[in-house]
Amino acid sequence: MWIAYKTIVIRDVLRFSRIWVQTIFPPIITTTLYLLIFGGLMGERIGQMQGIDYLHYIIPGIILMTVITNSYSNTVMSFFLSKFNHSIEELLVSPVPYWIILLGYTSGGVVRGFVVGCCVLITTSFFVEFEINDIGITFVTFLLTAILFSLAGFINAIYAKSFDDVTIVPTFILMPMTYLGGMFYSIDILPQFWQDVSKFNPIYYMVDSFRLGFLGVSTSDFWTSVSVLLIMIAILAIVSFYLLKKGVNIKT
Amino acid sequence: MQVALSIKDLQKTYANQLHALKGIDLQVEQGDFFALLGSNGAGKTTAIGIICGLLHKTHGNVKILGLDQDTHENEVKRLIGLMPQEFNFNPFEPVEEILINQAGFHGINKSVAKAQSDILLKKMELWDKRLDQAKSLSGGMKRRLMLARALIHQPKILILDEPTAGVDVEIRRSMWAYLKELNSEGMTIILTTHYLEEAESLCRNIAILNEGEVVEQTSMKKLLAKVSHQVLILESSSVLPKNITQEKFTCERLDDHSLQVVLESDTNITDVLQNLSNQGVSVDHVRSTQNRLETLFLCLTAKDD
Repeated sequence: MWIAYKTIVIRDVLRFSRIWVQTIFPPIITTTLYLLIFGGLMGERIGQMQGIDYLHYIIPGIILMTVITNSYSNTVMSFFLSKFNHSIEELLVSPVPYWIILLGYTSGGVVRGFVVGCCVLITTSFFVEFEINDIGITFVTFLLTAILFSLAGFINAIYAKSFDDVTIVPTFILMPMTYLGGMFYSIDILPQFWQDVSKFNPIYYMVDSFRLGFLGVSTSDFWTSVSVLLIMIAILAIVSFYLLKKGVNIKT
Repeated sequence: MQVALSIKDLQKTYANQLHALKGIDLQVEQGDFFALLGSNGAGKTTAIGIICGLLHKTHGNVKILGLDQDTHENEVKRLIGLMPQEFNFNPFEPVEEILINQAGFHGINKSVAKAQSDILLKKMELWDKRLDQAKSLSGGMKRRLMLARALIHQPKILILDEPTAGVDVEIRRSMWAYLKELNSEGMTIILTTHYLEEAESLCRNIAILNEGEVVEQTSMKKLLAKVSHQVLILESSSVLPKNITQEKFTCERLDDHSLQVVLESDTNITDVLQNLSNQGVSVDHVRSTQNRLETLFLCLTAKDD
């Protein structure tokens, strides 16, 4: 069983490593541009956010955005491609429990999120000096975020019937949620109504918690953020497992 | 003899209401080389898909070596090796990796998987291609890769869905020899094929599916004995006489040198040749127009107009 799990994870890691130009390199370029434009050029004009200069303030948001998009896109592409080229049948004819399949694909997404997140972190260190305030909070937030979005990508992949279906959710739902979740700003600067709306966006809790770990500032309680993430992970894990076991869009 | 595969009242209705299987019963004994034949859309691939866990059944029961598929899903999967009709591997993965990964899915550790993969890659003449991406293989090589993958976990039952489609004659013959070798070592093999010659030369027992129903299940020997007539072409280097007297057989003069003879099951070819010789016809070559199994297959699956 654990050999099967290891095989799924290693296969997935090898898959995204082989195409590193498409998977690992682009976030480094994007981060560099964000840091140059938002941090370097505009940052000085913006001044400080929650008492921290803007260039430092956006670093956690940029890293977490990278983790979210990469964990999500890794699982969605990996599982959708295995449906597309029918290689999912290799798993379906094997004695692999469904929860191991789900765990394997989710772990692949988490590993990609971690690898790309680290690359972005290293890139950032060339532009600005920083220290991580609390490595434990930072890592827990990263881990929960990566798991959550790997699961979300998995559900997207199960329902996807074409490549369009794979890109619609990240473009029209994930990206707006990420940008509106306080990635580049503190929700304190928003009118009260939009502050309340922002609290329904789970990404707000992730960014806030990650910022707490990274910079030591936040607008919400850490345990509230962790609870929101754990509840969402539990819901998505149950839904993913149910869809996989039922064979939705996999078995007719 | 233990039953390798037992299917009872297996039914499958797809979402579009296509009734692909209308309650089939099949029994394959352990160690058998079994042919499952049928024209396109007869339900062969659907039946195989259900047996291997790729499709949901609508109704019925499948048992593998006495284990019920519904209650022993993973144990059953361990016993079966499937070589599907369509290519179903990641074309960007190296050949060797596909085999080792498949072994990993069956819980086989990497060192054992590597040793088994080396044996199979050499056997399938894919050794030189082991580090290449699967997409670079020819059609025949891809089929052999899928056969190797089906065998990587050393299953008890091997299910082959059109294994030699698109494979050249030489490689097809070597695959047949290998399959016979596996069968002689005790592996149960279930084969679907469009090459009826393949089924006739390899399989001992046969079932014919037509429009989701089993229309015949018997031994190959008994089935072939049912062939009521055979059509032969006799060729002569000398010009054939215009009128040939026919006794116990019917014939038609195709041209000056060829004669088509319809031979009933109770007629001996020696008698026909003797009869023709008495009429001054010397026969240089004899060939059959149709495979015997093909004749029966067409008869059993013919649509009533």
